[in-house]
Amino acid sequence: MRKQFVTTMERLLDEDPRLVVLLGDIGVFAFRHAFQKHPKRVINIGILEQATVSVAAGLAKEGFIPLFHSIAPFVVERAFEQIKVDFGYQALGGHFVSVGGSYDYAALGCSHHCPGDVELMQAVPGMQILAPGHPAEFDSLMSQTFASGKPTYHRLSERSNSEARPVTFGKAEIEQLGSGPVIVTVGPFLDRVIEASSGSDATILYYTTLAPFDDETLREHAGDGRILCVEPFYEGTLAASITNALRGKRIALSSMGVPRRFLTDYGHASYHDAACGLLAADIRARLDELRHV
Amino acid sequence: MASTLRDLREQILRAACAAGEGHIASAFSILDILWVLYHGILRHNPANPADPARDRFVLSKGHASLGIYGILATRGFFPMEELKTFASSSGRLGGHPDSRKVPGVEASTGSLGHGMPMAAGMALGLKIRKSSSRVVCIVGDGECNEGAVWEAALLAAHHKLGHFTCVVDFNHSGDRALMLGDLAAKFRSFDWDVVEIDGHDHAQIEAALKPHDGDVPRAVIASTIKGKGCKEMENNPAWHHKAPKVDELEAMLAQLA
Repeated sequence: MRKQFVTTMERLLDEDPRLVVLLGDIGVFAFRHAFQKHPKRVINIGILEQATVSVAAGLAKEGFIPLFHSIAPFVVERAFEQIKVDFGYQALGGHFVSVGGSYDYAALGCSHHCPGDVELMQAVPGMQILAPGHPAEFDSLMSQTFASGKPTYHRLSERSNSEARPVTFGKAEIEQLGSGPVIVTVGPFLDRVIEASSGSDATILYYTTLAPFDDETLREHAGDGRILCVEPFYEGTLAASITNALRGKRIALSSMGVPRRFLTDYGHASYHDAACGLLAADIRARLDELRHV
Repeated sequence: MASTLRDLREQILRAACAAGEGHIASAFSILDILWVLYHGILRHNPANPADPARDRFVLSKGHASLGIYGILATRGFFPMEELKTFASSSGRLGGHPDSRKVPGVEASTGSLGHGMPMAAGMALGLKIRKSSSRVVCIVGDGECNEGAVWEAALLAAHHKLGHFTCVVDFNHSGDRALMLGDLAAKFRSFDWDVVEIDGHDHAQIEAALKPHDGDVPRAVIASTIKGKGCKEMENNPAWHHKAPKVDELEAMLAQLA
C-alpha cells in the first residue's frame, strides 16, 4: 500500500499543481523521483509534526492541497490539536496519510502503535476518514476525495486483502448477503472475515469510508439487528456510528477490535493478531455466539 | 560479556540480525558517549536500579535502544545473553526502551521530543528535593526539530537546572530535512553553557560530561558519525532502520572497528 501511495502521489503531483506533499522525514527514498520532478512541492519537512500541520493549514489557506505523511501516532496523536483547530475548525481541505496504524510496527513498541487514530479523528467534525483494504482501493479513494476541499485521513496498512473491491467514497460495499447476523468490517480485515464466515448465512458489509459513515446501507441490510463489528483499530470505535445508523431499532451489537490496553509485547503484527483474539477462528466464535442472542 | 566497544558492536549486530529489526546505525552513533557515561561518569547501581542516589540517564532518541541495552548489559543490569531476545514477542527489550520493563531504563521513549522534557522534569524534581544526583539525556539532531526540545531548553535555563546536561548526538542525519545551523549558538541564546566535542573521542567526552558546578544547564554538542565503527553503515541513510540478513552478518562483523 505504501508503494501505491507513492505512485498515486506522483500522478496527482503531475496532474494538479495545487498538491504539496510534506513528508515527516519518512518515505524520503520512495519519493526520490517526485523530489526531483517537483522539488518545490515535495518537501521533507522534518520531525516537527505540530508545526507541519499548521504549515499545511497555511498552505491550504493559500489555495494549495497539502498532504502530510508520517507514522500514525505522529500524524494523529502528536498534532491532534492542530488538526482539530487549524483544519477542522477552519474547515480547510487537506490530506493526512498515516502508516503503522494499530500494531503494524509491533517490534517498535507502544510509542509506535496507534489503534486510537480513527477514534480521535472521529472527534474532529467534518473529518473524512478512509481505511482502504487494498492498494488499488487507496488509489481510488484518494482520487475521489483529492479535491473535496475537506480534511481527509487515509489510514494505510502494512497488510492488504487479496483482491480489491470497487470502492466508492461514502458507501459501504455489500460483500455477501445472507439471512443471519450482519458483519460490519473495515479495510484489511475483510479477508479474515470472509474466511471466518465461510459457509455461514451472515451478511458482510465492507466499509472503507468510516466518516461520513454510510448509514443507509447498514439500515437496509441490518436484518434482525444482530451486528458483529470487526474493526482493525480499538474495539468499539465504530459503535457510535452503528448505533446512530440504527437508532430506533432493537439491536445486539458485538464489537471486535484491538483491546483497550497497551500491547507491551514486541514481535510481529501476526503475533498480536493472535494475542488480541483477532484471527478468523476468533471471529467465527464471536459470530456463533451472536447467533444465539 | 563485551569487554570492548568492538565486542559490544558485534553483540548489537547479532541481536539485530536475529530479530530482523533495529536502528543499529543510531546506536553506533552514541556508543562511545554511552560507554564513557557508564564507565566513570554516571553513578549507577545495577543491584538496585532505583537507588535514589543514582544519576539519571534518559535516551530521548529511543530508537537507539540497542545502544543503551548493550551498555546496561555490560554494566550488569541484565545478562548480555538477553540481547538475543531483542524485539521478540517474549522479550522485554523492544525497538524502543520501556522503563517499566528494563532495569536501568529511566523513561519509555520512542516518540521524539519527549525524553528531554522528561529529563528536565526529573532534574527539577531532584532540585526541589535538594538531591545531589544529576540528569543526562541524549537527543538526536533530527529530534531537535521538535518544538518540545526547545521548550525544555527554555525552562531548564529558567529553573537554573545546572545539574542537567543534554547531549546532542549531532550526526547530521536530520540535514536532509531541516538544517539546524549553529546549534551551539542556539543553545547559548537559550542561556545554556555549551561545549562542542568530537563524540567519538573519549577524553573529550569525559571532560564534557563530568559533573560541573553552577546553576546553568549544559549542552554538549557531540559531532558524531551515524553507524560509527561499521564502514558500510557509516553515514549511509539506507541503514537507518535496517538489520543485516544472516548472509550479510559475517561481512559486517569483519568491518567492525
